[in-house]
Amino acid sequence: MVFALALVLVVVGSVLFHILSPWWWTQIASNWTYIDGTLVITFWITGAVFAAVVLFMAYCVWKFRHRPGNKADYEPENKRLEWWLTIATAVGVTALLVPGLFVWKQFVDVPEDAVEVEVVAQQWQWNYRLPGADGKLGTSDSRLISPENPLGVNPEDPAGQDDVIVEADDLHLPIDKPVKMLLRSIDVLHNFYVPEFRAKMDMVPGSVTYFWFTPTRTGTFEVLCAELCGSGHGFMRGIVMIDTEEDYAAWLGEQQTFAEISAEQQTGQLDTDDVEAAKSGPGGVAN
Amino acid sequence: MVDVTPGAVAPVPPAEVPEVELYHPHSWWTKYVFSQDAKVIAIQYSGTAIAIGLVALVLSWLMRLQLGFPGTFDFITPEAYYQFITMHGMIMVIYLLTALFLGGFGNYLIPLMVGARDMVFPYVNMLSYWIYLLAVLVLVASFFVPGGPTGGGWTLYPPQIILSGTPGGQGAGIILMLVSLILFIIGFTMGGLNYVVTVLQGRTRGMTLMRMPLTVWGIFTATVMALLAFPALFVACVMMLFDRLLGTSFFMPALVEMGEQLSYGGGSPILFQHLFWFFGHPEVYIVALPAFGIVSDLISTHARKNIFGYRMMVWAIVAIGALSFIVWAHHMYVSGMHPYFGFFFATTTLIIAIPTAIKVYNWVLTLWRGDIHLTIPMLFALAFIVTFVNGGLTGLFLGNVVVDVPLSDTMFVVAHFHMVMGVAPILVIFGAIYHWYPKITGRMLDETMGQLHFWITFIGAYAIFFPMHYVGLVGVPRRYPDISGTAFIPESVSTLNAFITVAALIVGFAQMVFLFNLFWSLRFGREAGGNPWRATTLEWQTPETPPAHGNFGKELPIVYRWAYDYSVPGAKEDFLAQNDPGGPRAAASA
Amino acid sequence: MSVIVVFLLVLACLAGWWLSRQGLMSKPWLEQGVVGHLGEQPTLPAERIALVVFLAVVGALFALFASAYFMRMELPDWRSLPVSRVLWLNTGILVLSSAALQCAVFAARRRQADTLKLALVTGGISALTFLAGQLFAWQELFANGDFLADNPANSFFYLLTGMHGLHILGGLVALARVTAKAWDGPVTDRLQLSTELCATYWHFLLFVWFGLFVLLAGWAADFIDICRQLLT
Repeated sequence: MVFALALVLVVVGSVLFHILSPWWWTQIASNWTYIDGTLVITFWITGAVFAAVVLFMAYCVWKFRHRPGNKADYEPENKRLEWWLTIATAVGVTALLVPGLFVWKQFVDVPEDAVEVEVVAQQWQWNYRLPGADGKLGTSDSRLISPENPLGVNPEDPAGQDDVIVEADDLHLPIDKPVKMLLRSIDVLHNFYVPEFRAKMDMVPGSVTYFWFTPTRTGTFEVLCAELCGSGHGFMRGIVMIDTEEDYAAWLGEQQTFAEISAEQQTGQLDTDDVEAAKSGPGGVAN
Repeated sequence: MVDVTPGAVAPVPPAEVPEVELYHPHSWWTKYVFSQDAKVIAIQYSGTAIAIGLVALVLSWLMRLQLGFPGTFDFITPEAYYQFITMHGMIMVIYLLTALFLGGFGNYLIPLMVGARDMVFPYVNMLSYWIYLLAVLVLVASFFVPGGPTGGGWTLYPPQIILSGTPGGQGAGIILMLVSLILFIIGFTMGGLNYVVTVLQGRTRGMTLMRMPLTVWGIFTATVMALLAFPALFVACVMMLFDRLLGTSFFMPALVEMGEQLSYGGGSPILFQHLFWFFGHPEVYIVALPAFGIVSDLISTHARKNIFGYRMMVWAIVAIGALSFIVWAHHMYVSGMHPYFGFFFATTTLIIAIPTAIKVYNWVLTLWRGDIHLTIPMLFALAFIVTFVNGGLTGLFLGNVVVDVPLSDTMFVVAHFHMVMGVAPILVIFGAIYHWYPKITGRMLDETMGQLHFWITFIGAYAIFFPMHYVGLVGVPRRYPDISGTAFIPESVSTLNAFITVAALIVGFAQMVFLFNLFWSLRFGREAGGNPWRATTLEWQTPETPPAHGNFGKELPIVYRWAYDYSVPGAKEDFLAQNDPGGPRAAASA
Repeated sequence: MSVIVVFLLVLACLAGWWLSRQGLMSKPWLEQGVVGHLGEQPTLPAERIALVVFLAVVGALFALFASAYFMRMELPDWRSLPVSRVLWLNTGILVLSSAALQCAVFAARRRQADTLKLALVTGGISALTFLAGQLFAWQELFANGDFLADNPANSFFYLLTGMHGLHILGGLVALARVTAKAWDGPVTDRLQLSTELCATYWHFLLFVWFGLFVLLAGWAADFIDICRQLLT
């Protein structure tokens, strides 16, 4: 009796908690409303199943509780019932899966007009690289990384000279422009995670991963690392600001390009032999 | 309603009487320490697993204290916090759950339930335990080496796991962890061979596969899976040891650590993840399938009704076991692997939900028109269904690739896997201990303490992990020792975290009641008799309780029926033991 | 991970075939009494079943190594090792060892104690020679300056040959015990079984070695490339 009541309370409590609690996802700031949509569908379907199973159980526990003289039925199986339940489950699962796969297709396929922006993670800070006037990012290699060239941009590649380098500072992005985030790490696994954008992806040293999104609302958003990356993981924060077109242009104008930074540090004296040797080493990654 | 044709069956003499003498130990040492009796080995396995599990429980309190009241406990540095989560996870998954279900329950129940005198290779079985103990000791040793145990997360992802930015990465912590895992796998393989061959070759006369209790089916299938999945972890550990100690680059790419170029180059961290999860996903079912089996038997026995759809249950166990080998990469949707894998793995993952759902339906349909005795084991079994359904359904969020993207690496994941493979199997373990304790010791566990233990554990665990999903929905990432001061996280989340911590401490202390009960009832518990639950399976039909060496006295039992003849129409009693030839029932129906 | 998935698929087919003969479709609640042959004394000794299960585990282990090998090989820093001629010789010795143990099985079946002893010793010594030959191959690589950590191909070479060697070493322990028993007394059923198990294990490790040889020599990769070209 008490237990049946407890089961009912678990269901009622869970549903009430879901409806009344203040804890829900952050207001979305990207185009991925479809992801929220599939999540809501999943909530409805799974919630209904949970309530149905547990309430049915509560009913059974109460109705068929042991009383003197009771005897259980002998019913080894019921083919029809089992098949119906299997089919119903298959339908429910399909209803979850199909929309999910459609949205995943969109997630995987980057639109043609997306601008590439590179995020370079390291223990425990975020760096960024944006294509310069030529709209192209230069190649890079972690073997080229040095205090003068923290992102390992290939100085031989002309496409890289005008790349804008943002080291351990905020990233700005223009609103309503699709962005393809190219994710690179120079040491361990990291994950570029902004809850409001919904999308995220691990960054793997030795390769370049990506995801894309379109910012839909201006504001300041916090970046967190979502893949354990050592003892500073919990402090690996950053800021992404979504700007209007004008603000973005103003910000971009203040940033330094790779060539400017190199010139400042007089990389003219850099021993080119070293660069050659490093380039021929294993593990070269070009994007 | 039922097309049973009861009839008298002529008793058949047992097939063989092997040298029972062989099973008698000759000294105190060989009886209790270096015992080759599966039942003693089972208790050794269980005791060791529970002891190391208590360490993991204490670690979880420390983590929760940090999360609930950040900044209050100075000794919990971020490094310490990461060491706690790593060791907590690894201990709970491998050294507690796997060892307890397969080494503990497997050893105790398989020979008894299939009507064997012992495991087929008792000596290898004994070695299995001692190697497991060695693995546990090596793991414990890592707490005491300079730098402490590894703090790279239980998933051991390279490169960070062996680098200096991770606690224990450049010390001995990670090496001891890998060595301990390798030892565990070797020890487990020895035990696993025994469990499989005993089920295949050790069954008594009349015990066909389809007459085996679902407990045996669950443990058997899980063992087969473990034998094939653990090699993946073995390979990953060996290659990682090479990377760490000998400077190879299996998993290590070229990288710059703290401004310094390391000599590694070209390796693939994703390769490790594939190997790890090729083990890691079956591992979930290695823990779950024995729980499925045990819970089926508990429900059937205490509802006095045959398990509904036994054949479906067996097929579902086998299907889940097979399918679980082709879903591993659903742990890697956002790992940076080729995104097109997402389509395949999301589909296989959601397909596996179907046999799993069938099992749930059959459990609750077993209750329908039963005669439900709400004993302590039954309470735990039913509570398992609640938490398992809850955790299984949140699995549909995470298995569906695109829904996983915002939720992965948040507290939602933590809540999900604790509900489904933490709380749920542990509730089954409790239920099973309350159920089989009378057979193991001859005495019942105390009912009042049992009630107290059950209610605090069930309600408390639900109160810990249900709200935790919503912490994850807000966007709180996992493996953060302190999330205060983050703009998008409302202040109220801290209150919720404090609540969860308090609940976790209460649930943790309730386990002390259980431990006390285990020892108290050993001496003062009510005498149980041979078959207190009036169950059908063979372990309850032994001539002595606790069963002596060789289990079944002079003659092995002969099996005349399946394991679920409860409330058979026309039978005198409401259960017919598997070795009951059915004479009385024939008389009653005639 | 394709190698291990294919391996498991084969195992799953075997398991499915075996299960299909176990009456999985029967309705156990309808059958009472002692049924059929299934509960009778098993026809196969437990040791043989255990060995088969163990070989499945070892097979999975090497299939996983092979999977890792292929995945690692696709990365750009891979530089294949030349095939040492010693490996051909070693392969021959291992074949000899396997053949000797097969002779031992025949001898045990015919209860020829002397031939059995001779064959067991030949098998053991040739297996030891194989191990020595493998060590020599390592020595050769060392002399060439091909060290363990220089290149992933090198690392895999040492790792895989080492793993295989350890399995042979384990087998040699068992073989030594069998040989000792063969010296102790007459050929019994028990001894015959032990000899057969050793021989099975040896054949399996020979088979694994063929697989590894094909893998390490790069032919496996070539073969896959050819298949790919045919498909596209």
